[in-house]
Amino acid sequence: MTGRRLGKGGLIDRGRPLSFRFDGREIQGFAGDTLASALVASGVGVVARSFKYHRPRGLWANWAEDPNALFDVALDGVTRPNVHGATTVLEDGMELRSVNAWPSVRRDLKAGLDLFHRFLPAGFYYKAFMWPDWHLFEPSIRRMAGMGRVEPGEPGTPALNRHDRCDLLVVGGGLAGLTAARAAAEAGQDVVLVEDHPVAGGALHGFGGTVDGLTGAEWAAAQIAAIRAAGGRVMCATTATGIYDHRLVTLVTAAPFAQAPRLCRMRADRIVLATGAVDRPLVFDGNDRPGVMSPFAALDLLGRQAVLVGSRIALLHPQPEPVAARLEAAGASVSIHDPAAERLRVKGRKAVTGLCVAGCRHGCDTILAAAGSTPLVNLWCHAGGKLDWVEASFVPGEGPEGLSVIGAARGTSDDDAIREEARQAALGAALPPRGRPASGLLPNPLRGRAWVDLQNDVTTDDIALAARENFTSVEHLKRYTTLGMGTDQGRNSNVNGLALMAQHLGRTVPEVGTTKFRPPYVPVPLELYGGTRTGALNHAPKRLVLEPQHRALDAALGEYGGWLRPAWYARTEHAGRADEAVAREVLRTRQVAGILDASPLGKIEVMGPDAGAFLNFVYYNTMATLEPGRVRYGFMLTERGAVYDDGVLARLGPDHFVVSCSSSHVVGVMQHLEAWRQDGHDPDRIHVHDATQAWATVTVTGPRARDIVSDLGVGVDLRACAFPHMAIREGRFRSAPARVSRVSFTGELSFEISVPLDRARILWSAALAVGAPMGSGPLGMEALSILRAEKGFVIIGQDTTGDTMPHDLGFAGPRDRKTEPYVGDHGLQMEVARDPDRLQLVGLQVLDHAPKLARGAHLVRGAASGRPVSEGYVTSSYDSPTLLRPIALALLARGHTRMGEAVTVWHMGELRTARVVPACAIDPEGGRMNA
Amino acid sequence: MTYSAFRLFREGLRGQRGWTQAWRSPDPAAEYDIVIVGGGGHGLATAYYLAKRHGPLRVAVVEKGWLGGGNTGRNTTVIRSNYFFPESTALYDLSVQLYEGLSRELNYNIMFSQRGMLVTCHSEAEMEMGARTVNAIRLNGTDADLLGTAQVRALAPILNFSPDARYPIHGAIWQGRAGTARHDAVAWGYARAADSLGVDIIQNCEVTGFVVEGGTCKGVETTRGTIRAGRVGMAVAGHSSALGTRAGIALPIQSYALQAFVTEPVKPIIDQVAFSPAYGAYFSQSDRGGLVIGGGLDRVPSYGQRGNTPLHDEVLGGLVDFAPILARTKLLRHWAGIVDVTPDSSPILGASGLPGLFLNCGWGTGGFKAIPAGGYLFAHILAEGAHHDISRPFDLDRFVTGRLIDEGAAAGIAH
Amino acid sequence: MQRFTCPFCGLRDEREFSFAGESGKTRPDTAAEVSDADWSAYLFTGTNPRGRTDEIWVHTPCQEYFRMIRDTVTMEVLETVPLRRDPS
Repeated sequence: MTGRRLGKGGLIDRGRPLSFRFDGREIQGFAGDTLASALVASGVGVVARSFKYHRPRGLWANWAEDPNALFDVALDGVTRPNVHGATTVLEDGMELRSVNAWPSVRRDLKAGLDLFHRFLPAGFYYKAFMWPDWHLFEPSIRRMAGMGRVEPGEPGTPALNRHDRCDLLVVGGGLAGLTAARAAAEAGQDVVLVEDHPVAGGALHGFGGTVDGLTGAEWAAAQIAAIRAAGGRVMCATTATGIYDHRLVTLVTAAPFAQAPRLCRMRADRIVLATGAVDRPLVFDGNDRPGVMSPFAALDLLGRQAVLVGSRIALLHPQPEPVAARLEAAGASVSIHDPAAERLRVKGRKAVTGLCVAGCRHGCDTILAAAGSTPLVNLWCHAGGKLDWVEASFVPGEGPEGLSVIGAARGTSDDDAIREEARQAALGAALPPRGRPASGLLPNPLRGRAWVDLQNDVTTDDIALAARENFTSVEHLKRYTTLGMGTDQGRNSNVNGLALMAQHLGRTVPEVGTTKFRPPYVPVPLELYGGTRTGALNHAPKRLVLEPQHRALDAALGEYGGWLRPAWYARTEHAGRADEAVAREVLRTRQVAGILDASPLGKIEVMGPDAGAFLNFVYYNTMATLEPGRVRYGFMLTERGAVYDDGVLARLGPDHFVVSCSSSHVVGVMQHLEAWRQDGHDPDRIHVHDATQAWATVTVTGPRARDIVSDLGVGVDLRACAFPHMAIREGRFRSAPARVSRVSFTGELSFEISVPLDRARILWSAALAVGAPMGSGPLGMEALSILRAEKGFVIIGQDTTGDTMPHDLGFAGPRDRKTEPYVGDHGLQMEVARDPDRLQLVGLQVLDHAPKLARGAHLVRGAASGRPVSEGYVTSSYDSPTLLRPIALALLARGHTRMGEAVTVWHMGELRTARVVPACAIDPEGGRMNA
Repeated sequence: MTYSAFRLFREGLRGQRGWTQAWRSPDPAAEYDIVIVGGGGHGLATAYYLAKRHGPLRVAVVEKGWLGGGNTGRNTTVIRSNYFFPESTALYDLSVQLYEGLSRELNYNIMFSQRGMLVTCHSEAEMEMGARTVNAIRLNGTDADLLGTAQVRALAPILNFSPDARYPIHGAIWQGRAGTARHDAVAWGYARAADSLGVDIIQNCEVTGFVVEGGTCKGVETTRGTIRAGRVGMAVAGHSSALGTRAGIALPIQSYALQAFVTEPVKPIIDQVAFSPAYGAYFSQSDRGGLVIGGGLDRVPSYGQRGNTPLHDEVLGGLVDFAPILARTKLLRHWAGIVDVTPDSSPILGASGLPGLFLNCGWGTGGFKAIPAGGYLFAHILAEGAHHDISRPFDLDRFVTGRLIDEGAAAGIAH
Repeated sequence: MQRFTCPFCGLRDEREFSFAGESGKTRPDTAAEVSDADWSAYLFTGTNPRGRTDEIWVHTPCQEYFRMIRDTVTMEVLETVPLRRDPS
């Protein structure tokens, strides 16, 4: 191939030269060039090496179907692997490096592999490398494989994603698509047309000539103007990459090299596919040599980029005349040969020097060879459309509603017929009957090395081998030989591969199978998909209204149950000694009081005449007997009887309850409540409302809690006789409603004060200010976790598993006595719930002065025999600042019956001993809590 | 015919013309001792172990399409046994052990590559749960370690170690014997070996019903006629409920689409399988160079073998956060398989409730790694009519007794 | 991205919905004796049909459960109705 740029014509801007480098060599192109067209224009023939044999390869096609021209490209510090040369717009200063070749494509050290091709047939790796072991061979095979290099670099720019809708989406901006889009837009439809080239016009550029008296480019521009004038939208440089359920189409718009392309998800009421067709390669000896090219690619290069691919061209095409005429007009000499001739053979290695036809050599520098055309039906297949085999092509057959295919993609080749189809499709009318597509040739199994899949180096011999070995279904053929598994997804190779297999088997092509395509239509970078989900926005944690106050107190913030919460305070003061900060907060709470932002605590209101009976059903505990003004601890179970959540239920009035669930379970509990409200209950008599984020909650906990709260003015009689533990009172704080509960997760006297969000800051500041002179201070989550563990209070999900039942935690009462049905009741009565070996919650005490147990350690039996068997695990373990010794909670088989027993603790193979004790290590009588 | 490098060399000298069929395409006989419905990995492995270990038996595998065409040919090829419960470890580690010798046993290179698997932990709470899991795996008698950040970085430097990452890496659960294999080769290797032992593999033959006489399953009705059998085994992942319905059996299974993604081949950048539960994505690099990516199930129960877009954002967005240098690597293809999801996400092996018909189903997202064990145990069940010790806990009856094997529950999730 | 019609809020994308199970399951009355087999059938067993299916879904933003008749192969949604109304 001896490509050159013509002095005039094309869509390039000769006033804007661009320079770039290819394997170190400086090359010039113009604005409007792709990487591939600029290379061909400057006479570069070999653009890449093939995947398996490292054969030299040139450009095959001038757009997405080209399987060869892939480069690693760098520009301004941004690198991208496997950049597709024929579709990527050239930018000034690009650095192209060939993939699969070192040091360069012309002299590739691995080219010698081709000499051993006879020993490397399809699937050779399944038959060898078993002895002594695959691992011995794998590393070097891995190094040989792969194509481009991924360079570590600066993080990608987050892609912008958007969603849109339209009445009609037209995919493809050639003669068919433009005609359809214009007709629909002028009929008043909301039309979007997408065209993957930067400039619309499709095959009109390549074939030249005029439409309605205009050149292809002029005509396309006029149609776009008319579509826009009628209110339609046209998106160029935009590829429809997939059709998904309910007619969602992903559209990817190209961006400048350094930026991520943009993803638009378009919902279309109707879709018209006018995606055109590509040349089907002619399979003959040496057809992979650089300089053997798709005839249409040569025309397209001429029309779009004013590149003439060669000066002496041999043409093999079923309908050669229009191609030959156009190339001759551009200055090439063209010899026409019969593509069905026997014994076609390419001469030349890194460049074509001739074509042998039946032993007779014809000198040439370029061979344009096609066996026919292949309609592009990828998107049709994504949507579940079927294919029919007509005149040696797969064309759209039966398909889903709302989707139609027109033009060359349907197999229609006559311009007038195409425009008629387009007008019908635009209006949603039935398409005229399909004409017969132009006939094509099917390959013959032949001697010599003839390529079916260029990128993956699949030859006719490989297909013969697959047939011989009975890999005869289309998917076996593809998977065994890797046919069609490359970046062109078999657009070039599948039909030829199927046809060869059909001949080996003596069957028809459709009997062997049809081609199948999967999204995306062209490879797209992964950065496309992140959108607003990446980085800090990836499942972003919920934020507290008091976060600025916590930051002002130098809080270390951490994620707890989906919320960003203070882990501990005075971070700078205790830098590097977080344990010390946490211990101080624990002791302060036990001695004076801690002030906790408990706002994430669930606050789900349940109201209505049936609310009491309903809650009695969804809770394990008997809630029907709860008095107004009182609070009760309880579990919600799964139907299997496992603990789903624990929390307290408060009764404000006869028909008004508040469910206070774990902060991480609010969404789940809400769904649980709604599910049962609407299933088996009268939803008109129960109302459920999640008010969690309408209230802020500040908990004051510790021996001085009453003194502090009484100074806050919450309008509630706080005396123990008037307001006992496990009670709730409604008061006022700064002329707003306040709810105060006596509920304790620390084992200390506690008041949970909930106020509307806009009173949160003043309540928090007041509590801190009042408490400070007494020695109280803020309490973070880490200290809270220790305080509750000292009391033996569980955290669901940490101290329980998904199998833990309430009686495993020591709450057997309702299971034994509650008579009304409740969620989980049957599960708790099954044999599995009565298993004596169930894991039960216990405390563990280590010997004096020993360090704390490792969290995640298991409790084992049989360690002495060398075959330790797990009997449970440590679920919480801390150094207790209060007790000045380690404490731990554990789930242990038969734990409740083993108090006082010494158990073996196993962690990563190391053994320790601990004594089983009650889970509660502090104030078991509850005097402090009830104060 | 024995495959070897020498044979490959000799065939190279004579144009690769001496190779014979990898398996025959026989017509179905009127009757077999055992008929297996489903020519995927599990069905073919079952046939192989029946012929190899329980023979002589007349065995047929009946496949509605092409062998290996279901989830065997659609998965992300991860093999591991890093399970919490002893019952699970026994099952999956049997599988890993069988995989370890499989290429030589089958004389077919399935390319089991024990590259190791990282399950990253992204908080101290996750590290604690990781320790509980690692201890469990080791007490179950298989290999695992808990790695710190530096060790993870040394193995897989392309992951996101920034302390400002949405989910900073605190460490990982490591299983060195885990890895990947070439999925098609597993199906083909078992098919070829089973065929050579006399098993009839009948492709393009759809089971349309069951022959039931006197309350016992006596064979299958197919698009190629009735095939009678002493016992019938069903290994039709993704379609177990649909086929079960034809036998009058209702199963505790819901069908979902599970998606997989592969990128264009690139030069080696990661050796391990890396899985981040927090980011909801995992990936490994195939020998061809493509990154093979997976994540969670689609939201909508489905029999359509195609994926849906919400998961793309979750999995691919999460992956790029997990390994930012992959941002510009290009997605080549994505697809979906239909998986059986059971209430405890563990498989079902054993009797079906219809005498004579046995089940191998419910593998959820993890059927590929279990192929050798699933086949080995199912062969035992079909030959003996009774459980192997390892398969016993996975009987259908656990949904009645409540003795579920719920790995999610081990992680503290109640559902 | 599929789209479902919440009978109360209208057409919304699938991310707003959660699958809640097959229609027609009534919780056995646990005040009476319930066999483990019946319980298992209620809790675990389904028909999981290939094709037309009748399911319960919840629209998360409004928290209303409803019935949806759809096709599990084509993904066509045939009908959505509130729980208290019968499908046509």
